[in-house]
Amino acid sequence: MVEINAITQGEHELISVKGEIDASSSIELDNALKEAAESGKKILIDLQELDYISSAGLGVFISYLEDLKKNNTQLVIFGLQEKVQEVFSILGLQHLMTIADSKQEAEQLLNEA
Amino acid sequence: MKHKLTIACSKANLTKIRQFISESLGEVNLNEVETHKMILAVDEICANMIIHSNHCNPTRKIDVIVEAEPANQVIFIIKDRGIRFDFNTYSEPSMDEIISSKRKGGVGLMLVKRIMDKIEFSTDKNYNICRLTKRLSP
Repeated sequence: MVEINAITQGEHELISVKGEIDASSSIELDNALKEAAESGKKILIDLQELDYISSAGLGVFISYLEDLKKNNTQLVIFGLQEKVQEVFSILGLQHLMTIADSKQEAEQLLNEA
Repeated sequence: MKHKLTIACSKANLTKIRQFISESLGEVNLNEVETHKMILAVDEICANMIIHSNHCNPTRKIDVIVEAEPANQVIFIIKDRGIRFDFNTYSEPSMDEIISSKRKGGVGLMLVKRIMDKIEFSTDKNYNICRLTKRLSP
């Protein structure tokens, strides 16, 4: 079960993800990211309350990397729990995406970009 | 210790499978991150079997077995009667290929290979069997 909230905050879209993303719920992340990517705004993703992510969810993030880069859209995720961070690290995603510890750091990175 | 779960091939059941693995591993002395990784690896194999081998047909079932004997390893066995997956012909895509193709799949087995110490696929009678072995540090 996953709960995703998306709001526009000034110059960026903030997507908050709560719960678990697996093969049955990854579509919800996909829909939220699609909408944010199409807005052309910078994207901030709050994963503080994400307890689990499987390849289906990671695959959603990976599938947008090319388009975000092409459109020069900044995306920063933040607040990963240690167990979730480990899953990102297994695939080396920390080298392909911008990951911040806190919302403050994430906003700073977005503003610098 | 041996635990077994038989469950219908529905993606909605992945949550129950993760809960089962979590409870089964409760008897093994592991930290949260290690437990989480093993749950993930089993979830990936089950998701593949449910979606690709059984087309999410809830009248079909998969078996998930957890064995923690001897004490220096945990073995997960996932069995189904669906379409056989040929691990021998599986070639791992590169991350660059996955990114440029914009596909949403392709990293599940990559995760399993990096988490588990051994992955074996076999067939016995009408069953396809995936056996995952994780060695535990002393």
